[in-house]
Amino acid sequence: MTRLFATAAAVVALTIAGAAHAQAAKLNDAQIAHIAYTADAIDIAAGKQALAKSKNKAVLDFANEMVRDHTAVNDKALALVKKLNVTPQDNATSQALSKDAKAKLDSYAKLSGKAFDKAYAENEVAYHKTVNGALETQLIPGAQNAELKGLLQTGLKLFKEHEMHAEHLAATLK
Amino acid sequence: MRVPRRGLALLAGAALAAASACSPATPPAAKTYHVILKDLMFGPLPAQARVGDTIEWDNDDLFLHSATSAAGGFDVDVKAGAHVPMPLTRAGTFDFICKYHPGMKGRLVVSP
Repeated sequence: MTRLFATAAAVVALTIAGAAHAQAAKLNDAQIAHIAYTADAIDIAAGKQALAKSKNKAVLDFANEMVRDHTAVNDKALALVKKLNVTPQDNATSQALSKDAKAKLDSYAKLSGKAFDKAYAENEVAYHKTVNGALETQLIPGAQNAELKGLLQTGLKLFKEHEMHAEHLAATLK
Repeated sequence: MRVPRRGLALLAGAALAAASACSPATPPAAKTYHVILKDLMFGPLPAQARVGDTIEWDNDDLFLHSATSAAGGFDVDVKAGAHVPMPLTRAGTFDFICKYHPGMKGRLVVSP
């Protein structure tokens, strides 16, 4: 099971890296905002799935934190794009993220109990690592607007915190 | 200069009398120290906090945080944008974290 998720995480990382690389030269702020919003929305959806399926208190606490924190970032992101009069623009990276997230949600829907908890926690580790990489190497350096860049930097700190928390959670579920 | 023991006692008595005349056993006024939570970090902590003072946790971040210390006997939730006062009732050096984001750490020193 662990190998399956590690492989899945590697595929996502490659997909994002590939898509981001292909677009590196032309990612604009509207696209970057879309990717960041999508990345948050994916983790909110995963958290809501965990809240519906898990009975483990530590998993539920973590999922609540994911939903709460990522919703806060996305509310801020929406307010920012409105203020800047920017319409977030769909792009290949967002689509790759969404496609993979949909596959994960479908796959985890078939799991229950400890198997679900473990899969959710391990994927949260992998997912946060992947998004951290994209933020550090592509999104933050690519952002032109200072406020957007600042929000992405806050997002990176948050994702790193969540990654540590997810690692701790995954370790307790082994 | 040598002062006889009896003289020392007199001097001490005079000093005490003078002290009580100047400040009739008034403890230092209680202070409120603001600690800002921002960008998933705790801001600077006061160096001179004493029992009776108050820490006000000011959350300038987007996220729910907490100031939590088992040793310090406190666990305060601070919502985004909230200002939460916490009276200091216990002297000591207390390491604390945000229980939601445990990478956020601080150390609070409270004098008696």
